[in-house]
Amino acid sequence: MSLFRKMALFVASFSALLLSGCGDDIKYNMREGVTEISREVYELHMIAIWVCVIIGIITFGVMFYSMFAHRKSKNPNPAKFSHSTVVEIIWTAIPFIILIALAVPAIGLLIKMEDASDSELTVMVKGYQWKWEYKYIDGDDNLANDVRFFSNLDQASRDMSRNAGSGFSGVKIEDENYLLEVDNPLVIPVNKKVRFLVTSDDVIHSFWVPDFSVKKDAIPGFINEVWAKVDEPGTYRGVCAELCGQDHGFMPIVVKVLPQDEYDAWYAEKVAEAEAGPDLNERTMSQLMAEGEAAYNTYCKACHMENGQGSGPFPSLVGTEMVTGEGSLTKHIDTVLNGVPGTAMQAFGNQLTEAEIAAIITYERNAWGNDTGDIVQPQEIHDIKNGGGE
Amino acid sequence: MADHKPKGISRWLFTTNHKDIGTMYLVFSFIMFLVGGAMAMVIRAELFQPGLQFVEPDFFNQMTTMHGLVMVFGAVMPATVGLANWLIPMMIGAPDMALPRMNNWSFWILPAAFGLLLSTLFMEGGAPNFGWTFYAPLSTTYGPESTDFFIFAIHLMGISSIMGAINVIVTVFNMRAPGMTLMKMPMFVWTWLITAFLLVMVMPVLAGAVTMMLTDRNFGTSFFDAAGGGDPVLFQHVFWFFGHPEVYIMILPAFGIASAIIPTFARKKLFGYSSMVYATASIAFLSFIVWAHHMFTVGMPVKGELFFMIATMLIAVPTGVKVFNWIATMWRGSITYETPMLYALAFVILFTIGGFSGVMLALTPVDWQYHDTYFVVAHFHYVLFPGAIFGTMAAVYYWLPKWTGRMYDEKLAKWHFWLSIVFVNLTFFPMHFSGLAGMQRRVPDYAIMFSDFNMMSSIGAFGLGLMQLLFAWILIKVCILEKGEKATDRVWEDAEGLEFTHLPSPAPYHTFDTPPKID
Ligand code: HEC
Ligand code: HEM
Ligand SMILES: [Cu+2]
Ligand SMILES: [Cu+2]
Repeated sequence: MSLFRKMALFVASFSALLLSGCGDDIKYNMREGVTEISREVYELHMIAIWVCVIIGIITFGVMFYSMFAHRKSKNPNPAKFSHSTVVEIIWTAIPFIILIALAVPAIGLLIKMEDASDSELTVMVKGYQWKWEYKYIDGDDNLANDVRFFSNLDQASRDMSRNAGSGFSGVKIEDENYLLEVDNPLVIPVNKKVRFLVTSDDVIHSFWVPDFSVKKDAIPGFINEVWAKVDEPGTYRGVCAELCGQDHGFMPIVVKVLPQDEYDAWYAEKVAEAEAGPDLNERTMSQLMAEGEAAYNTYCKACHMENGQGSGPFPSLVGTEMVTGEGSLTKHIDTVLNGVPGTAMQAFGNQLTEAEIAAIITYERNAWGNDTGDIVQPQEIHDIKNGGGE
Repeated sequence: MADHKPKGISRWLFTTNHKDIGTMYLVFSFIMFLVGGAMAMVIRAELFQPGLQFVEPDFFNQMTTMHGLVMVFGAVMPATVGLANWLIPMMIGAPDMALPRMNNWSFWILPAAFGLLLSTLFMEGGAPNFGWTFYAPLSTTYGPESTDFFIFAIHLMGISSIMGAINVIVTVFNMRAPGMTLMKMPMFVWTWLITAFLLVMVMPVLAGAVTMMLTDRNFGTSFFDAAGGGDPVLFQHVFWFFGHPEVYIMILPAFGIASAIIPTFARKKLFGYSSMVYATASIAFLSFIVWAHHMFTVGMPVKGELFFMIATMLIAVPTGVKVFNWIATMWRGSITYETPMLYALAFVILFTIGGFSGVMLALTPVDWQYHDTYFVVAHFHYVLFPGAIFGTMAAVYYWLPKWTGRMYDEKLAKWHFWLSIVFVNLTFFPMHFSGLAGMQRRVPDYAIMFSDFNMMSSIGAFGLGLMQLLFAWILIKVCILEKGEKATDRVWEDAEGLEFTHLPSPAPYHTFDTPPKID
């Protein structure tokens, strides 16, 4: 008998515990999202859950009844039967029918989700270790007015993550968008069928925006297609879903959905920025160092660490041949622009602006006691990039 | 015949006795279970609250990777091989396994394989950090130096498993006592026979996958590198062609265990024996044509996705048959609740919960939302922890008296069971919620809306960790301190099977030198 008391106690306390975690403000279910597709996905999910719950209640109900009613003290003489063809056919057939009932709506929905035809805007989404690049495909051959930019985890989240302290610290992170905020969000218009072409520069990532019910792997060398037609303006947050290395948990996706006119204005501004070309103004040493520190901490710190010492497979940049050696400047610039193929060191040449690269290199060569006194100006980087160097 | 065996260490090094080898497999598996468990504790400590507290993200990834590999290849698989060694000869009335020397070898490869694998933790650049699924190119172009050691470790494990499987197949086909027809074999022997076929079919595929990795990494091939004309997705197809049958390799023996234990304590014959056999066989067949359900987001053609969705859903039918048969076995039985029965029932219930989430995951459109989130983590832990692990624990409690001649401490075992049930659910149930709410897997840090569920999971996990120490103590008491009541030959009232009806407890070192008579 005590068995059943224990069981009841367990079930009661367990559900109480779970419910205590399920206050209004805490999410514990899939979201409905903001596209027609995502709502249908949510519905199918709820149907599947209820089907499981009902089958579960019936099956476990019968089982618990048997555990209770057919225990030895109540039923000392066991029955002798050990098969029944009719029953066995019934419980093969019923699940079969239920599964067909689940499969039918799933098939229809899947076909709809995979149909990316007639899109009204195409955005190329490219994963990098550990950031996203968005490029708006405008259909003309003029590269100078392309709207394209990178989207990194915001600095505040980076700092909080590191500063959370060690051990069960009790330092409480309270920012609602912790790890879900970026410097440059993806911007798309409302009520337009937007097609995302998803690919990757290095390893496999996965572009996931739960509110759109969009998840597609970003695979190097291949382009995947997925789409969303969002019907409510707002800011929607997602994450990279496929393990892509150490900062996999630190490459969120933020999509801002704007009304058409606001989107148009934003887009025009971006085009104008692109056409204006890079900022190649001369800078002083202290300007370069300040800009360099900020940019280094955004783009390089994840691997080479804040103190430049690196860790594991990521080399130190302090007092090494590459950074402080005689005549090493050209090689240093070349490494940062073109990366080291086949390693995690990417080609930053087309990810960062000339000014950022100049500042980072100046910073690396003068910070952490490297003190080479070398100054690199944006113009030099521009020349090297455009064939002026070597 | 008198038992004679070498003394000391050479008994274990050179043994060809199925019982000794079974014991070594089980001990090895338990050690690996504790090692993998310790890694899980690191993971859960880091995830106790948001922010990075204990370990660097890269080390975190090493922990998840090693945890997965050690648990799958080091804990679950060797445990089932250990049980097969101990039980199959006794269950079919054979004196030993058919290939005893190979048996010795297939065990002794394992410590070498895991020595190699674990040594990578101390190498420069760290241990493998790309997840137990080791997707290319993260594991090829971008993998740490130690990846090559990992590849050889996998090769060794594969060789060991294949030899173990061949041994089971040959034993079952050649060594059955006269009268032990195939359709009279205990379910455990059947499920292991089918498992063995799965093993010999898919372990070579895994070996192929890691060999291609090896040549991609070191000899300039580009099977998985698009830049050289290869395809990273090919890796996933090859991996999951091994990987999905692998999940059944881990669970089928547990099906067999439940089918042995439930009839004993319900004092009633197993319901629908032949449908159990056919259901197991069809699960095994289907497991070969569903692999891409792990890859619904890689961008397959719609027709491919539909095929794999429907095939996957079909698996639920034979799985359902098994569950219903177990319940029908209990129906109008005369049930008592000793610890093995408790574990077997918990297995049925909690495994079924994992099956439910499996069916949900099979629905491709919704899988886009579940895939690579904690929902998947919840799913496979429900089928693996209360599934495969509880199944093994049920088996250990059930047959331990036969192996050692002593009863375990029933009171402690009950504590072990009830606390494990609480902690296993506390650990894994909340993961369904955090996954649905949007928490992706394999991350060392997370947004604050997932805090509560993660904290629950961590508390549950620490408790679950402690429970394993209790389990160790229960086993030490019986096996080393030799405490506990003497077990009868039958051990359990009405237990069926040659090991209970024809052999004393403890089972002597050599059994069935002359085959038993089977009616
Ligand atoms: C994803 C990790 C990662 C990031 C981010 C990263 N690096 Fe690297 N970096 C590496 C690795 C790995 C190497 C070593 C490559 C090799 O094997 O030669 C490296 C090498 C270098 C080297 C050459 C060091 C030497 O002594 O050979 C320089 C200089 C460098 N990185 C600068 C940068 C700068 C500047 C940034 C930021 C714009 C940056 N790295 C960002 C991973 C990274
Ligand atoms: C009713 C039966 C089952 C069905 C329908 C099913 C379905 C699935 C599906 C569709 C996935 C992929 C989820 C995703 O990544 O999006 C999955 C993952 C997984 N399943 Fe199952 N499953 C079943 C039973 C089992 C069993 C018996 C086991 C093992 C004992 C198991 C172990 C796993 C594992 C380990 C993974 C995750 C692998 C990974 O990505 O690391 N499943 N299952
Ligand atoms: Cu990622
Ligand atoms: Cu699978």
